[in-house]
Amino acid sequence: MAKTLKAVDAVMVGMGWSGSIMARELTKAGLTVVGLERGADKSPREDFALPRIRDEYKYRVRQELMLDTSIETHTLRNTPAELALPMRKWDVPPVGDGLGGAGAHWNGVTWRFAPSEFALRSHLTERYGRNAIPEEMTIQDWGITYDDLEPHYEHFERLCGTSGKAGNLRGQKIEGGNPFEGPRHNDYPNKPLIMSQAGMIFTKAAQSLGYHPFPTPASNSSTPYVNSEGLPIGQCQYCGHCEYFGCESNAKASPLICVLPVLMQDPKFELRTQAYVSRLVYDKAARKVRGVVYVDRRTGEEIEQPADLVVLCAYPFNNTLLLLTAGIGTPYDPATGKGVVGKNYCHQTTSNVMMFVDDEINPWIGTGVSPAAIDDFQADNFDHSGLGFFGGGFIAPAVSGGRPIQVRATPPGTPRWGSAWKEATARWYSHSFPLNCHGISYAHKHNYLDLDPTYKDAIGRPLVRMTYNYFDNDYKMSAFLTEKAVGIARAANATIVGNPQPRRGNYGANNGGAAHHTGGAIMGTDPSTSALNRYLQCWEASNLFVMGGAAFPQNPGHNPTCTIGALTYWSAHAITSQYLRSPGPLVAA
Amino acid sequence: MSDDSIPRRSFLKGAGAAGTAAATALSGALNLPAQAQSTPPAKDASPPPAAEAHLTLTATEAAFLSAAYDIFIPADKLSPSGTDCGLVLFIDRQLAGAWGGGARLYRSGPFIQGKREQGYQLSLTPREFFAAGIKAANEWTRKTYGKDFDRLSAAERETALKTMDEGKAQFNEVNGKQFFEMLLASAMEGFFADPVYGGNRDKVSWRMVGYPGLPATYASKALEYRGKKIVIEPQSIADFS
Repeated sequence: MAKTLKAVDAVMVGMGWSGSIMARELTKAGLTVVGLERGADKSPREDFALPRIRDEYKYRVRQELMLDTSIETHTLRNTPAELALPMRKWDVPPVGDGLGGAGAHWNGVTWRFAPSEFALRSHLTERYGRNAIPEEMTIQDWGITYDDLEPHYEHFERLCGTSGKAGNLRGQKIEGGNPFEGPRHNDYPNKPLIMSQAGMIFTKAAQSLGYHPFPTPASNSSTPYVNSEGLPIGQCQYCGHCEYFGCESNAKASPLICVLPVLMQDPKFELRTQAYVSRLVYDKAARKVRGVVYVDRRTGEEIEQPADLVVLCAYPFNNTLLLLTAGIGTPYDPATGKGVVGKNYCHQTTSNVMMFVDDEINPWIGTGVSPAAIDDFQADNFDHSGLGFFGGGFIAPAVSGGRPIQVRATPPGTPRWGSAWKEATARWYSHSFPLNCHGISYAHKHNYLDLDPTYKDAIGRPLVRMTYNYFDNDYKMSAFLTEKAVGIARAANATIVGNPQPRRGNYGANNGGAAHHTGGAIMGTDPSTSALNRYLQCWEASNLFVMGGAAFPQNPGHNPTCTIGALTYWSAHAITSQYLRSPGPLVAA
Repeated sequence: MSDDSIPRRSFLKGAGAAGTAAATALSGALNLPAQAQSTPPAKDASPPPAAEAHLTLTATEAAFLSAAYDIFIPADKLSPSGTDCGLVLFIDRQLAGAWGGGARLYRSGPFIQGKREQGYQLSLTPREFFAAGIKAANEWTRKTYGKDFDRLSAAERETALKTMDEGKAQFNEVNGKQFFEMLLASAMEGFFADPVYGGNRDKVSWRMVGYPGLPATYASKALEYRGKKIVIEPQSIADFS
């Protein structure tokens, strides 16, 4: 039997960006908060130190900072009729692990979503007609607007010391920024990073085609900075070791440097690492959760932590799993389209084309974030009439480090090994880079998450079963975006343009995109179509809130982290300003 | 059919100018032919170790891997052979360590042959997979060429690897293409990883492409270096330890 601890005001499940931010906001409001983190404690000073953090083999190839699949993984099938099998290693995009979560190993790409994305179904219906959206595309409105989120976006950017250039200040377009972004109240906290040669080539070529390139917003700080918590952030060293690595110069924003140093000083907060949450304690009659049960991995002991407020801040897979195992909300059924938990799981549809150029690229000088991008083909920034698909994405040159185990392109037709391969590798290493297309994943009625009937994790919980594939909208969008990228490569007078690689085939091993998984516990306006209300409060348990990508009704073409941070501030604000005064549903069901 | 009268190609022969006492002793013991099979390396900047002591590889496995790596990374003007770069040492350590033993691999059953999209579905650890793959590859070359892989000429080995790469090598039990991909990946990982892992001896691959390694602090250089050819003496983890 589980040992039961003294109740606390609030418990966080997972201590990445969402858990850290929410715990900080709640302790500021006077609550006692416990943060449960399944993985290990991490100290940037110890764990991300030179020289050993610069180890491509350990961190990128063997994925040392990622979740150990022998602890937990997910199963995969492409259609509801197939047998799902476990991802025994990360042949598909991986999941992060440990204190700081994905916020420790991310690249730092810090986009705001386009305003039209938040009212996607309404917007497309209004612009393209009532019958325009295919029946199987189960896209929904978020229940909030870009304007609702704007101050919270800014809050997250000031937490991270984001570097960038505004393109739209309170409605006024600013030359050199992203003209398609929603109106910002203020410019980015830091000026853009130094643009690399690849960024210069891309910018010139994109401009020559009439597109609108701008520096990609990056939470790799261009200058030393003191963030909104009064904590110091270092200057980016362009070291080329962001994604999959920790930052040794404290320049890449992470919960470990941006929030936790303040939070850990607060006596109202207690961090418990190696705390593996096994289940939620749900009182269905009262429509409340009573707390959580976890296993202390250091002792094997099962412990119940009662709490007045529970906030799920784990990865979308785990947030969804905890709702399903507790029986909170109706599981989604792809046959009927009814049910909400597990619904609208989405991924990200990416593609690329390689450019081989005369210029010296020096790929080993890089930040986590592409030096420049265009949003001309993002969201509904262009007319989709007659195109046969909705959505889009950004196109950007990807030079985030010339780590040579993985970054060493050769032109089409080059052998994969032998002297000719070596010669081509030496010839093109510093003269090549991909143009990446980073596109939407709009929900499809057959893509969802549920509980696997066979496979279990290390403590006996069922694995999440992912049923996912790309569909027509994804393939057409990807082909369109990739063709635009090829146009840019040609306009840049690339010596060689590689074979375009639009997304083709089924999702799965070696055919996944960026590690941006969303949905499963989506927010919305109606309890029959969403698991959460607009404040990320669970319709079925008013003292349970679910953060992170799980809440996205579908996945826009931009990277998700900035919106995850903004949604956490938005929800925290609703909790501290409304919910705590009168605990109960914030929206009438 | 195996011709056992031809002695096994010792991977130590591939150690090139590293004609070491141990290699000589071994050659003597096995009565190896005098001629080395690999071209002498163009560059041999660091003294190679006297002998490679292995943690897990059998002599047959080491000879197989050496013979394969020297085709993937042949000695030429850009680098010494794969074996001379330390690739056999690299994979021996990796297979003997946590990764080789199946760390970070979900190994609960049932084990079912999935479709390609479902990725790796075997219960074998990397160590076990390499053992099974090498055994199956040698069986296949014995059937096809009458000899174990490491006893084939360089031209035959190249053809054999191409056949595996094209997915046309019909191994017993083991998937030949799957084994080939793991073999090639191990060569590339060993060749380009930090020398602390035993491959990429003398940072030879980093010199080959112009990767400067550590410490990679370019805030003051990003503008100055932009678009220019920069040659920096590469530095590795050991240089800072």
